[in-house]
Amino acid sequence: MKRSTVGLLFALPALLVIGVFFFVPVLIALCLSVTDFDIYALADLSNLRWVGLRNYTELLSTPLFWRALGNTLYFTLLGVPLSIATSVGAALLVNARAARFKGVFRTALFAPVVTTVVAVAIIWRYLLHTRYGLVNYGLGRLGISPIDWLGDPHWAMPAIVLFSVWKNFGYNMVIVLAALQQVPEDLYEAASLDGASAVQQFRHVTLPALAPTLLFVSILTMAGYFQLFAEPYVMTQGGPAQSTLSVLYLLYEEGFKWWNLGRASAVAFVLFLMMFAVTLVQLRLGREAVS
Amino acid sequence: MSGRGHAWLVNGTLVLLALATVFPLLWMLSASLMAPGESASYPPPLVPAHPTLDNFRLLVSRAGLGWHFLNSVVISASATLLALTFNVSAGYAFAKLEFAGRARLQRLLVSGLVIPAQVAMLPLFLQLKALGLVNTLPGVLVPSLAGIFSIFLVRQAALAIPDELLDAARIDGASEVTIFRRIVLPLLTPMLVTLAVFTFLGAWNDFLWPLIVLNDNERYTLPVALAALSREHVQDSELMMAGSVVTVIPVLALFLALQRYYLQGLMAGAVKG
Repeated sequence: MKRSTVGLLFALPALLVIGVFFFVPVLIALCLSVTDFDIYALADLSNLRWVGLRNYTELLSTPLFWRALGNTLYFTLLGVPLSIATSVGAALLVNARAARFKGVFRTALFAPVVTTVVAVAIIWRYLLHTRYGLVNYGLGRLGISPIDWLGDPHWAMPAIVLFSVWKNFGYNMVIVLAALQQVPEDLYEAASLDGASAVQQFRHVTLPALAPTLLFVSILTMAGYFQLFAEPYVMTQGGPAQSTLSVLYLLYEEGFKWWNLGRASAVAFVLFLMMFAVTLVQLRLGREAVS
Repeated sequence: MSGRGHAWLVNGTLVLLALATVFPLLWMLSASLMAPGESASYPPPLVPAHPTLDNFRLLVSRAGLGWHFLNSVVISASATLLALTFNVSAGYAFAKLEFAGRARLQRLLVSGLVIPAQVAMLPLFLQLKALGLVNTLPGVLVPSLAGIFSIFLVRQAALAIPDELLDAARIDGASEVTIFRRIVLPLLTPMLVTLAVFTFLGAWNDFLWPLIVLNDNERYTLPVALAALSREHVQDSELMMAGSVVTVIPVLALFLALQRYYLQGLMAGAVKG
Protein backbone atom coordinates (compact mmCIF):
# COMPACT_ATOMS: atom_id res chain seq x y z
CA MET A 1 0.00 0.00 0.00
CA LYS A 2 1.26 3.50 -0.80
CA ARG A 3 2.34 5.56 2.17
CA SER A 4 -0.01 8.40 1.26
CA THR A 5 -2.98 6.01 1.40
CA VAL A 6 -1.82 4.76 4.77
CA GLY A 7 -1.62 8.31 6.11
CA LEU A 8 -5.17 9.00 5.06
CA LEU A 9 -6.38 5.72 6.60
CA PHE A 10 -4.68 6.58 9.90
CA ALA A 11 -6.35 9.98 10.02
CA LEU A 12 -9.71 9.01 8.55
CA PRO A 13 -11.58 7.59 11.57
CA ALA A 14 -10.95 10.69 13.67
CA LEU A 15 -11.67 13.02 10.75
CA LEU A 16 -14.96 11.27 10.02
CA VAL A 17 -16.06 11.46 13.63
CA ILE A 18 -15.14 15.13 13.91
CA GLY A 19 -16.84 15.83 10.60
CA VAL A 20 -20.08 14.00 11.38
CA PHE A 21 -20.38 14.95 15.04
CA PHE A 22 -18.88 18.43 15.04
CA PHE A 23 -18.60 20.25 11.72
CA VAL A 24 -21.89 18.95 10.33
CA PRO A 25 -23.81 19.91 13.52
CA VAL A 26 -22.26 23.38 13.42
CA LEU A 27 -23.58 23.82 9.88
CA ILE A 28 -26.97 22.41 10.88
CA ALA A 29 -27.03 24.84 13.80
CA LEU A 30 -26.55 27.68 11.35
CA CYS A 31 -29.52 26.37 9.35
CA LEU A 32 -31.62 25.80 12.49
CA SER A 33 -31.06 29.37 13.57
CA VAL A 34 -33.03 30.62 10.55
CA THR A 35 -35.99 28.29 11.19
CA ASP A 36 -38.75 28.20 13.79
CA PHE A 37 -37.69 24.71 14.96
CA ASP A 38 -39.72 24.10 18.13
CA ILE A 39 -41.43 21.25 19.96
CA TYR A 40 -43.87 20.75 17.06
CA ALA A 41 -41.06 20.39 14.56
CA LEU A 42 -39.38 17.99 16.96
CA ALA A 43 -42.46 15.77 16.67
CA ASP A 44 -42.96 16.25 12.95
CA LEU A 45 -40.45 17.93 10.65
CA SER A 46 -43.20 19.16 8.29
CA ASN A 47 -43.99 21.81 10.91
CA LEU A 48 -40.64 23.45 10.21
CA ARG A 49 -40.68 26.88 8.62
CA TRP A 50 -37.97 29.20 7.35
CA VAL A 51 -38.02 32.48 9.25
CA GLY A 52 -34.89 34.23 8.01
CA LEU A 53 -33.25 36.37 10.65
CA ARG A 54 -36.34 36.58 12.85
CA ASN A 55 -34.78 34.51 15.66
CA TYR A 56 -31.90 36.95 15.81
CA THR A 57 -34.03 40.11 15.67
CA GLU A 58 -36.43 38.71 18.29
CA LEU A 59 -33.50 37.85 20.49
CA LEU A 60 -32.18 41.38 20.28
CA SER A 61 -35.55 42.69 21.43
CA THR A 62 -35.85 40.22 24.34
CA PRO A 63 -34.89 41.83 27.67
CA LEU A 64 -33.93 38.44 29.12
CA PHE A 65 -31.31 37.98 26.41
CA TRP A 66 -29.72 41.33 27.24
CA ARG A 67 -29.86 40.40 30.89
CA ALA A 68 -28.01 37.14 30.19
CA LEU A 69 -25.50 38.93 27.98
CA GLY A 70 -24.90 41.60 30.60
CA ASN A 71 -24.49 39.01 33.35
CA THR A 72 -22.02 37.01 31.28
CA LEU A 73 -19.97 40.11 30.46
CA TYR A 74 -20.05 41.18 34.11
CA PHE A 75 -18.85 37.74 35.18
CA THR A 76 -16.09 37.77 32.56
CA LEU A 77 -14.89 41.33 33.12
CA LEU A 78 -14.71 40.79 36.87
CA GLY A 79 -13.58 37.16 36.81
CA VAL A 80 -10.83 37.16 34.18
CA PRO A 81 -8.64 39.93 35.67
CA LEU A 82 -9.14 38.60 39.21
CA SER A 83 -8.31 35.04 38.15
CA ILE A 84 -5.20 36.05 36.25
CA ALA A 85 -3.99 38.37 39.00
CA THR A 86 -4.37 35.52 41.50
CA SER A 87 -2.58 33.13 39.14
CA VAL A 88 0.34 35.53 38.63
CA GLY A 89 0.58 36.27 42.36
CA ALA A 90 0.59 32.58 43.23
CA ALA A 91 3.11 31.79 40.49
CA LEU A 92 5.46 34.56 41.70
CA LEU A 93 5.26 33.18 45.24
CA VAL A 94 5.90 29.57 44.22
CA ASN A 95 8.72 30.69 41.92
CA ALA A 96 10.37 32.90 44.57
CA ARG A 97 13.86 31.76 45.45
CA ALA A 98 12.98 31.81 49.14
CA ALA A 99 9.99 29.49 48.66
CA ARG A 100 10.35 26.00 50.06
CA PHE A 101 8.43 22.80 49.24
CA LYS A 102 7.56 24.27 45.84
CA GLY A 103 6.12 21.00 44.55
CA VAL A 104 3.77 20.62 47.51
CA PHE A 105 2.50 24.18 47.21
CA ARG A 106 2.02 23.87 43.48
CA THR A 107 -0.01 20.69 43.91
CA ALA A 108 -2.15 22.19 46.68
CA LEU A 109 -2.87 25.35 44.71
CA PHE A 110 -3.65 23.35 41.57
CA ALA A 111 -5.97 20.83 43.24
CA PRO A 112 -9.28 22.69 42.70
CA VAL A 113 -8.67 22.69 38.92
CA VAL A 114 -9.11 18.93 38.61
CA THR A 115 -12.20 18.75 40.82
CA THR A 116 -15.75 18.38 39.48
CA VAL A 117 -17.45 21.78 39.12
CA VAL A 118 -20.83 20.47 40.27
CA ALA A 119 -19.42 18.86 43.41
CA VAL A 120 -17.30 21.80 44.51
CA ALA A 121 -20.03 24.32 43.66
CA ILE A 122 -22.22 22.45 46.16
CA ILE A 123 -19.48 22.78 48.79
CA TRP A 124 -19.34 26.51 48.21
CA ARG A 125 -23.08 26.81 48.43
CA TYR A 126 -22.82 25.66 52.04
CA LEU A 127 -19.67 27.68 52.76
CA LEU A 128 -21.52 30.76 51.51
CA HIS A 129 -24.68 30.06 53.54
CA THR A 130 -25.87 33.27 55.18
CA ARG A 131 -26.28 31.89 58.71
CA TYR A 132 -24.19 28.73 58.98
CA GLY A 133 -21.58 29.30 56.28
CA LEU A 134 -17.93 29.56 57.29
CA VAL A 135 -17.34 32.51 54.95
CA ASN A 136 -19.77 34.72 56.85
CA TYR A 137 -18.51 33.30 60.13
CA GLY A 138 -14.98 34.38 59.20
CA LEU A 139 -16.20 37.80 58.10
CA GLY A 140 -18.17 38.06 61.34
CA ARG A 141 -14.98 37.54 63.31
CA LEU A 142 -13.58 40.53 61.44
CA GLY A 143 -16.63 42.56 62.40
CA ILE A 144 -18.37 42.39 59.01
CA SER A 145 -22.09 41.69 59.16
CA PRO A 146 -23.38 38.61 57.30
CA ILE A 147 -23.83 38.84 53.54
CA ASP A 148 -26.63 36.98 51.79
CA TRP A 149 -24.18 35.80 49.13
CA LEU A 150 -26.43 33.66 46.94
CA GLY A 151 -29.77 35.25 47.84
CA ASP A 152 -28.99 38.89 47.14
CA PRO A 153 -29.03 39.86 43.44
CA HIS A 154 -26.10 42.22 44.04
CA TRP A 155 -23.93 39.56 45.66
CA ALA A 156 -24.81 36.39 43.74
CA MET A 157 -22.56 37.09 40.73
CA PRO A 158 -19.59 38.28 42.82
CA ALA A 159 -19.99 35.06 44.84
CA ILE A 160 -19.81 33.00 41.66
CA VAL A 161 -16.75 35.02 40.59
CA LEU A 162 -15.12 34.24 43.94
CA PHE A 163 -15.87 30.56 43.45
CA SER A 164 -14.53 30.57 39.89
CA VAL A 165 -11.29 32.30 40.87
CA TRP A 166 -10.76 29.63 43.54
CA LYS A 167 -11.61 26.84 41.11
CA ASN A 168 -9.51 28.03 38.17
CA PHE A 169 -6.50 30.12 39.20
CA GLY A 170 -4.25 27.04 39.51
CA TYR A 171 -4.50 26.34 35.78
CA ASN A 172 -3.03 29.65 34.67
CA MET A 173 -0.65 29.60 37.61
CA VAL A 174 1.07 26.52 36.19
CA ILE A 175 1.38 28.13 32.75
CA VAL A 176 2.70 31.41 34.20
CA LEU A 177 5.09 29.45 36.41
CA ALA A 178 6.56 27.76 33.34
CA ALA A 179 6.96 31.15 31.66
CA LEU A 180 8.64 32.62 34.75
CA GLN A 181 11.20 29.86 34.72
CA GLN A 182 12.13 30.86 31.15
CA VAL A 183 13.10 34.42 32.14
CA PRO A 184 16.92 34.57 32.04
CA GLU A 185 18.40 35.01 35.51
CA ASP A 186 21.00 37.53 34.31
CA LEU A 187 18.25 40.02 33.44
CA TYR A 188 17.41 40.22 37.14
CA GLU A 189 21.07 40.40 38.08
CA ALA A 190 21.64 43.28 35.68
CA ALA A 191 18.54 45.04 36.98
CA SER A 192 19.55 44.68 40.59
CA LEU A 193 23.08 45.94 39.78
CA ASP A 194 21.40 49.01 38.33
CA GLY A 195 19.72 49.43 41.70
CA ALA A 196 16.20 48.41 40.57
CA SER A 197 13.84 47.56 43.46
CA ALA A 198 11.80 44.36 43.53
CA VAL A 199 8.76 46.25 42.26
CA GLN A 200 10.76 47.85 39.45
CA GLN A 201 12.20 44.46 38.51
CA PHE A 202 8.70 43.07 38.32
CA ARG A 203 7.50 45.94 36.12
CA HIS A 204 10.47 46.14 33.79
CA VAL A 205 11.77 42.59 33.62
CA THR A 206 9.07 40.10 34.67
CA LEU A 207 5.99 41.70 33.14
CA PRO A 208 7.44 42.25 29.63
CA ALA A 209 8.74 38.68 29.65
CA LEU A 210 5.33 37.40 30.68
CA ALA A 211 3.34 39.52 28.21
CA PRO A 212 2.82 36.86 25.49
CA THR A 213 1.84 34.28 28.12
CA LEU A 214 -0.58 36.68 29.78
CA LEU A 215 -2.20 37.42 26.43
CA PHE A 216 -2.56 33.69 25.79
CA VAL A 217 -4.04 32.85 29.18
CA SER A 218 -6.38 35.83 29.12
CA ILE A 219 -7.83 34.70 25.78
CA LEU A 220 -8.21 31.11 27.05
CA THR A 221 -9.73 32.20 30.35
CA MET A 222 -12.12 34.58 28.68
CA ALA A 223 -13.30 31.89 26.26
CA GLY A 224 -13.86 29.59 29.24
CA TYR A 225 -15.69 32.22 31.30
CA PHE A 226 -18.06 33.07 28.46
CA GLN A 227 -19.29 29.48 28.79
CA LEU A 228 -20.51 29.97 32.35
CA PHE A 229 -23.20 27.40 33.10
CA ALA A 230 -22.72 24.72 35.76
CA GLU A 231 -21.88 27.24 38.50
CA PRO A 232 -25.17 29.17 38.35
CA TYR A 233 -27.08 25.96 37.59
CA VAL A 234 -25.95 24.47 40.89
CA MET A 235 -25.44 27.51 43.10
CA THR A 236 -28.30 29.85 42.18
CA GLN A 237 -30.34 28.29 39.35
CA GLY A 238 -29.81 31.54 37.46
CA GLY A 239 -31.34 33.63 40.23
CA PRO A 240 -31.97 35.54 42.35
CA ALA A 241 -33.99 37.80 40.07
CA GLN A 242 -32.08 36.37 37.07
CA SER A 243 -28.90 38.03 38.31
CA THR A 244 -26.76 34.97 37.46
CA LEU A 245 -28.51 33.85 34.29
CA SER A 246 -25.72 33.41 31.70
CA VAL A 247 -25.92 33.21 27.92
CA LEU A 248 -25.26 29.48 27.99
CA TYR A 249 -27.90 29.03 30.70
CA LEU A 250 -30.36 30.85 28.44
CA LEU A 251 -29.35 28.58 25.54
CA TYR A 252 -29.90 25.50 27.70
CA GLU A 253 -33.33 26.65 28.85
CA GLU A 254 -34.46 27.77 25.38
CA GLY A 255 -33.17 24.58 23.78
CA PHE A 256 -33.71 21.80 26.26
CA LYS A 257 -36.40 23.11 28.57
CA TRP A 258 -38.68 24.84 26.05
CA TRP A 259 -37.40 22.98 22.95
CA ASN A 260 -37.08 26.17 20.92
CA LEU A 261 -34.09 24.80 19.03
CA GLY A 262 -34.28 27.52 16.37
CA ARG A 263 -34.00 30.34 18.88
CA ALA A 264 -31.45 28.43 20.95
CA SER A 265 -29.25 28.03 17.86
CA ALA A 266 -29.40 31.77 17.33
CA VAL A 267 -28.23 32.20 20.95
CA ALA A 268 -25.39 29.76 20.25
CA PHE A 269 -24.18 31.78 17.28
CA VAL A 270 -24.40 35.04 19.17
CA LEU A 271 -22.25 33.45 21.89
CA PHE A 272 -19.80 32.24 19.27
CA LEU A 273 -19.58 35.61 17.52
CA MET A 274 -19.10 37.37 20.83
CA MET A 275 -16.24 35.07 21.82
CA PHE A 276 -14.70 35.39 18.38
CA ALA A 277 -14.88 39.20 18.39
CA VAL A 278 -13.40 39.48 21.88
CA THR A 279 -10.55 37.14 20.94
CA LEU A 280 -9.76 39.21 17.83
CA VAL A 281 -9.79 42.45 19.81
CA GLN A 282 -7.52 40.95 22.45
CA LEU A 283 -5.10 39.65 19.84
CA ARG A 284 -5.00 43.07 18.16
CA LEU A 285 -4.48 44.91 21.47
CA GLY A 286 -1.98 42.28 22.59
CA ARG A 287 0.10 42.60 19.44
CA GLU A 288 0.18 46.38 19.80
CA ALA A 289 1.19 46.07 23.44
CA VAL A 290 3.90 43.53 22.74
CA SER A 291 5.44 45.37 19.78
CA MET B 1 14.03 43.61 54.26
CA SER B 2 16.41 41.05 55.65
CA GLY B 3 16.83 37.73 53.83
CA ARG B 4 15.23 35.74 56.62
CA GLY B 5 12.31 38.08 57.05
CA HIS B 6 11.70 37.85 53.31
CA ALA B 7 11.80 34.04 53.41
CA TRP B 8 9.28 34.01 56.27
CA LEU B 9 6.99 36.38 54.37
CA VAL B 10 7.10 34.31 51.15
CA ASN B 11 6.59 30.97 52.86
CA GLY B 12 4.02 32.31 55.31
CA THR B 13 1.93 33.75 52.46
CA LEU B 14 2.26 30.50 50.55
CA VAL B 15 1.05 28.48 53.54
CA LEU B 16 -1.96 30.78 54.01
CA LEU B 17 -2.82 30.70 50.30
CA ALA B 18 -2.48 26.90 50.13
CA LEU B 19 -4.61 26.47 53.26
CA ALA B 20 -7.30 28.76 51.89
CA THR B 21 -7.23 26.79 48.62
CA VAL B 22 -7.57 23.32 50.10
CA PHE B 23 -9.85 24.42 52.95
CA PRO B 24 -13.15 23.88 51.05
CA LEU B 25 -12.03 20.35 50.18
CA LEU B 26 -11.03 19.58 53.76
CA TRP B 27 -14.33 20.97 55.03
CA MET B 28 -16.16 18.76 52.52
CA LEU B 29 -14.41 15.69 53.96
CA SER B 30 -15.12 16.76 57.52
CA ALA B 31 -18.78 17.65 56.92
CA SER B 32 -19.39 14.36 55.10
CA LEU B 33 -18.64 12.59 58.40
CA MET B 34 -21.00 14.73 60.48
CA ALA B 35 -24.38 13.68 61.81
CA PRO B 36 -27.44 15.08 59.94
CA GLY B 37 -27.92 18.75 60.78
CA GLU B 38 -24.68 19.03 62.69
CA SER B 39 -23.03 21.51 60.33
CA ALA B 40 -26.05 23.85 60.49
CA SER B 41 -25.27 25.19 63.95
CA TYR B 42 -23.58 28.31 65.21
CA PRO B 43 -20.65 28.65 65.43
CA PRO B 44 -20.15 26.29 62.45
CA PRO B 45 -18.19 23.23 63.64
CA LEU B 46 -14.97 22.37 61.79
CA VAL B 47 -14.80 18.72 62.80
CA PRO B 48 -17.54 16.16 63.44
CA ALA B 49 -18.32 15.49 67.14
CA HIS B 50 -18.90 11.79 66.40
CA PRO B 51 -17.59 10.86 62.94
CA THR B 52 -20.00 8.58 61.09
CA LEU B 53 -20.25 6.96 57.66
CA ASP B 54 -24.07 7.04 57.74
CA ASN B 55 -24.26 9.70 55.01
CA PHE B 56 -22.42 7.44 52.60
CA ARG B 57 -24.60 4.44 53.50
CA LEU B 58 -27.72 6.53 52.97
CA LEU B 59 -26.49 7.75 49.58
CA VAL B 60 -25.85 4.22 48.37
CA SER B 61 -29.05 2.68 49.73
CA ARG B 62 -31.52 5.52 49.04
CA ALA B 63 -30.04 7.59 46.21
CA GLY B 64 -28.39 4.70 44.35
CA LEU B 65 -25.10 6.55 44.29
CA GLY B 66 -23.28 3.26 43.69
CA TRP B 67 -24.94 3.03 40.29
CA HIS B 68 -24.11 6.61 39.42
CA PHE B 69 -20.54 5.94 40.40
CA LEU B 70 -20.50 2.90 38.13
CA ASN B 71 -22.02 4.91 35.27
CA SER B 72 -19.30 7.53 35.67
CA VAL B 73 -16.55 4.92 35.74
CA VAL B 74 -17.86 3.12 32.64
CA ILE B 75 -18.40 6.34 30.69
CA SER B 76 -15.04 7.89 31.61
CA ALA B 77 -13.11 4.68 30.92
CA SER B 78 -14.85 4.15 27.57
CA ALA B 79 -14.29 7.78 26.60
CA THR B 80 -10.61 7.40 27.39
CA LEU B 81 -10.23 4.22 25.34
CA LEU B 82 -12.13 5.62 22.38
CA ALA B 83 -10.32 8.94 22.42
CA LEU B 84 -6.96 7.16 22.44
CA THR B 85 -8.00 4.91 19.56
CA PHE B 86 -9.16 7.76 17.35
CA ASN B 87 -6.79 10.58 18.19
CA VAL B 88 -3.42 8.88 18.42
CA SER B 89 -3.33 7.45 14.90
CA ALA B 90 -4.66 10.72 13.50
CA GLY B 91 -2.14 12.83 15.42
CA TYR B 92 0.67 10.60 14.16
CA ALA B 93 -0.58 10.81 10.57
CA PHE B 94 -0.70 14.60 10.73
CA ALA B 95 2.86 14.68 12.05
CA LYS B 96 4.63 12.01 10.03
CA LEU B 97 2.61 10.64 7.11
CA GLU B 98 2.08 12.64 3.95
CA PHE B 99 -1.35 12.38 2.38
CA ALA B 100 -3.34 14.40 -0.09
CA GLY B 101 -5.04 17.41 1.47
CA ARG B 102 -3.20 17.12 4.77
CA ALA B 103 -2.31 20.80 5.05
CA ARG B 104 -5.83 21.88 4.12
CA LEU B 105 -7.43 19.46 6.60
CA GLN B 106 -5.11 20.69 9.29
CA ARG B 107 -6.13 24.30 8.67
CA LEU B 108 -9.78 23.24 8.81
CA LEU B 109 -9.23 21.55 12.17
CA VAL B 110 -7.46 24.62 13.54
CA SER B 111 -10.39 26.78 12.52
CA GLY B 112 -12.66 24.31 14.33
CA LEU B 113 -10.79 25.05 17.57
CA VAL B 114 -12.36 28.51 17.79
CA ILE B 115 -15.92 27.20 17.56
CA PRO B 116 -17.31 26.53 21.04
CA ALA B 117 -18.67 22.99 21.45
CA GLN B 118 -22.06 24.35 22.51
CA VAL B 119 -22.79 25.51 18.96
CA ALA B 120 -22.82 21.88 17.82
CA MET B 121 -24.78 20.65 20.82
CA LEU B 122 -28.33 21.33 19.68
CA PRO B 123 -28.09 19.60 16.27
CA LEU B 124 -26.00 16.84 17.81
CA PHE B 125 -28.91 16.11 20.10
CA LEU B 126 -31.23 15.85 17.06
CA GLN B 127 -28.72 13.56 15.31
CA LEU B 128 -28.59 11.29 18.33
CA LYS B 129 -32.35 11.32 18.59
CA ALA B 130 -32.55 10.16 14.97
CA LEU B 131 -30.04 7.41 15.76
CA GLY B 132 -31.97 6.39 18.88
CA LEU B 133 -29.02 7.21 21.09
CA VAL B 134 -30.65 9.74 23.41
CA ASN B 135 -30.63 8.53 27.02
CA THR B 136 -27.95 5.92 26.30
CA LEU B 137 -24.33 5.50 27.25
CA PRO B 138 -23.05 5.76 23.64
CA GLY B 139 -24.97 9.02 23.35
CA VAL B 140 -22.97 10.49 26.22
CA LEU B 141 -19.74 9.28 24.63
CA VAL B 142 -20.20 10.67 21.12
CA PRO B 143 -18.62 14.12 21.70
CA SER B 144 -15.54 12.58 23.30
CA LEU B 145 -14.85 10.09 20.47
CA ALA B 146 -12.33 12.33 18.78
CA GLY B 147 -11.07 15.78 19.62
CA ILE B 148 -9.22 18.37 17.62
CA PHE B 149 -7.20 19.50 20.61
CA SER B 150 -6.16 15.93 21.41
CA ILE B 151 -5.07 15.30 17.83
CA PHE B 152 -2.80 18.32 17.95
CA LEU B 153 -1.42 17.26 21.32
CA VAL B 154 -0.40 13.90 19.82
CA ARG B 155 0.86 15.54 16.64
CA GLN B 156 3.09 17.82 18.71
CA ALA B 157 4.66 14.82 20.47
CA ALA B 158 4.95 12.77 17.27
CA LEU B 159 6.83 15.56 15.48
CA ALA B 160 9.75 14.88 17.82
CA ILE B 161 10.21 11.34 16.46
CA PRO B 162 13.21 11.33 14.08
CA ASP B 163 12.31 10.51 10.47
CA GLU B 164 15.49 8.44 10.14
CA LEU B 165 14.13 5.98 12.67
CA LEU B 166 10.93 5.44 10.68
CA ASP B 167 12.75 5.30 7.34
CA ALA B 168 15.24 2.72 8.65
CA ALA B 169 12.32 0.48 9.67
CA ARG B 170 10.74 0.96 6.22
CA ILE B 171 13.99 -0.06 4.52
CA ASP B 172 13.99 -3.17 6.73
CA GLY B 173 10.59 -3.97 5.22
CA ALA B 174 8.37 -3.13 8.18
CA SER B 175 4.80 -2.25 7.29
CA GLU B 176 3.34 1.10 8.34
CA VAL B 177 1.10 -0.60 10.88
CA THR B 178 4.07 -2.43 12.39
CA ILE B 179 6.03 0.81 12.55
CA PHE B 180 3.12 2.48 14.30
CA ARG B 181 2.70 -0.31 16.82
CA ARG B 182 6.33 -1.20 17.46
CA ILE B 183 8.13 2.15 17.18
CA VAL B 184 5.67 5.05 17.36
CA LEU B 185 3.39 3.93 20.17
CA PRO B 186 6.21 3.11 22.61
CA LEU B 187 7.84 6.49 21.91
CA LEU B 188 4.51 8.27 22.45
CA THR B 189 3.71 6.50 25.72
CA PRO B 190 4.15 9.56 28.00
CA MET B 191 1.83 11.55 25.74
CA LEU B 192 -0.67 8.68 25.71
CA VAL B 193 -0.78 8.72 29.50
CA THR B 194 -1.26 12.49 29.44
CA LEU B 195 -4.07 12.20 26.92
CA ALA B 196 -5.68 9.39 28.92
CA VAL B 197 -5.66 11.45 32.12
CA PHE B 198 -7.05 14.52 30.34
CA THR B 199 -9.84 12.54 28.71
CA PHE B 200 -10.76 10.62 31.83
CA LEU B 201 -10.93 13.74 33.99
CA GLY B 202 -12.79 15.63 31.28
CA ALA B 203 -15.39 12.90 30.91
CA TRP B 204 -15.75 12.42 34.67
CA ASN B 205 -16.25 16.13 35.33
CA ASP B 206 -18.43 16.85 32.28
CA PHE B 207 -21.85 18.15 33.18
CA LEU B 208 -23.79 19.93 30.43
CA TRP B 209 -23.77 17.20 27.79
CA PRO B 210 -24.73 14.26 30.09
CA LEU B 211 -27.38 16.54 31.61
CA ILE B 212 -28.87 17.01 28.14
CA VAL B 213 -28.58 13.46 26.85
CA LEU B 214 -29.55 11.43 29.91
CA ASN B 215 -33.06 11.64 31.25
CA ASP B 216 -33.50 8.54 33.40
CA ASN B 217 -32.22 8.97 36.92
CA GLU B 218 -30.58 5.54 37.01
CA ARG B 219 -28.44 6.41 33.99
CA TYR B 220 -27.13 9.68 35.42
CA THR B 221 -23.41 10.19 35.86
CA LEU B 222 -22.22 11.41 39.27
CA PRO B 223 -22.27 15.17 38.50
CA VAL B 224 -25.77 15.01 37.00
CA ALA B 225 -27.05 12.86 39.87
CA LEU B 226 -25.42 15.18 42.39
CA ALA B 227 -26.97 18.29 40.84
CA ALA B 228 -30.41 16.67 40.88
CA LEU B 229 -29.92 15.47 44.44
CA SER B 230 -28.79 18.88 45.64
CA ARG B 231 -32.04 20.43 44.41
CA GLU B 232 -34.07 17.92 46.46
CA HIS B 233 -31.85 17.93 49.55
CA VAL B 234 -30.89 21.59 49.94
CA GLN B 235 -30.90 21.34 53.74
CA ASP B 236 -28.96 18.07 54.02
CA SER B 237 -25.49 19.55 53.77
CA GLU B 238 -23.79 16.51 55.38
CA LEU B 239 -25.43 14.14 52.90
CA MET B 240 -24.51 16.36 49.95
CA MET B 241 -20.92 16.63 51.14
CA ALA B 242 -20.70 12.84 51.19
CA GLY B 243 -21.89 12.91 47.57
CA SER B 244 -19.23 15.49 46.71
CA VAL B 245 -16.57 13.34 48.37
CA VAL B 246 -17.53 10.34 46.25
CA THR B 247 -17.38 12.52 43.11
CA VAL B 248 -14.22 14.49 43.80
CA ILE B 249 -11.90 12.02 45.55
CA PRO B 250 -11.41 9.66 42.55
CA VAL B 251 -10.31 12.49 40.24
CA LEU B 252 -8.12 14.06 42.89
CA ALA B 253 -6.47 10.69 43.52
CA LEU B 254 -5.95 10.13 39.81
CA PHE B 255 -4.44 13.58 39.47
CA LEU B 256 -2.10 13.08 42.43
CA ALA B 257 -0.94 9.74 41.04
CA LEU B 258 -0.32 11.02 37.50
CA GLN B 259 0.35 14.68 38.20
CA ARG B 260 3.54 14.81 36.15
CA TYR B 261 1.77 13.69 32.98
CA TYR B 262 -1.16 16.00 33.53
CA LEU B 263 0.98 19.10 34.01
CA GLN B 264 3.18 18.19 31.03
CA GLY B 265 0.13 17.99 28.81
CA LEU B 266 -1.13 21.30 30.11
CA MET B 267 2.20 22.88 29.27
CA ALA B 268 2.36 21.27 25.80
CA GLY B 269 -1.07 22.71 25.10
CA ALA B 270 0.08 26.14 26.25
CA VAL B 271 3.19 26.05 24.09
CA LYS B 272 1.15 25.13 21.05
CA GLY B 273 -1.07 28.16 21.52
